[in-house]
Amino acid sequence: MNSGIPIQYFLILATLMFFTGVYGFLTRRNLITILMSVELILNSVNINFLAFNRYLYPHKLEGMFFSLFIIAVAAAEAAVAIAIIINIYRRFATINVEEVNEMKF
Amino acid sequence: MASNQIMFILFSAMIIVFSILTVTSRKILRAAVYLLFVLVSTSGLYFMLNYQFLAAVQLTLYAGGIVVLIIFSILLTSHISQNFESSGWKKNIFSAIAALTGAILAIITILEYGFTASTEAAQQVDMRLIGKSLLSVDYDGYVLPFEVISILLLAAMVAAIVIAKKGAPKKIVLPKLNQE
Repeated sequence: MNSGIPIQYFLILATLMFFTGVYGFLTRRNLITILMSVELILNSVNINFLAFNRYLYPHKLEGMFFSLFIIAVAAAEAAVAIAIIINIYRRFATINVEEVNEMKF
Repeated sequence: MASNQIMFILFSAMIIVFSILTVTSRKILRAAVYLLFVLVSTSGLYFMLNYQFLAAVQLTLYAGGIVVLIIFSILLTSHISQNFESSGWKKNIFSAIAALTGAILAIITILEYGFTASTEAAQQVDMRLIGKSLLSVDYDGYVLPFEVISILLLAAMVAAIVIAKKGAPKKIVLPKLNQE
């Protein structure tokens, strides 16, 4: 399935996706869009793990299990982050990170 | 050009275009849908790499679960037709410079490093093998991370419920909330 495609293509694709996520993380102000940028970053790392596993260590499964655990951690992170976002919205009526600058009540 | 190369070009073009749209779109719901396209194309890449199980997990858990969760919270917290105001051009330009510099450095490093593809026979990844490795305590077993991740998922579930549930009624509410 991956014959004729060098590993570098996968790595460059993952790099572009990663830094798009970094750009979004730096420029966005809405908490949910920041969370979406983090999901982009996690996905690009998953692509890297799988490409390394398939091309360099095809007789082992380390990369695959690592990405499986990354996906599980991302799911847990999204659930907690959305709970926090909903709680913030309930208290401040906004989820703009520049207006939510108060921790103490 | 072989058909798998055409598929790879298609998937990577979709990933790059839609991830740029995800971080630049001014409408939040559209950004979420673009993110869904990125995740589905990523699972296509996993199919190309012969990891069928992980591609299915990606489709059900990311594209099915997390995107729905994100869209749900968007609908709870913002108006659908609301546009963001653009963050200042200075911030945009400096973030773009930082991201581009990082990307160029990483790509140069990737191109300079000579990867030597392994010649070992590829292992068939079937469900039986995955299940046995996940629960095995041998050298190739992953039972400890499996247990740790299950505790983490339980803790995250409990934490999400505790954080998001309604607090005590005497909680201080900002005047903004009482306007409607």
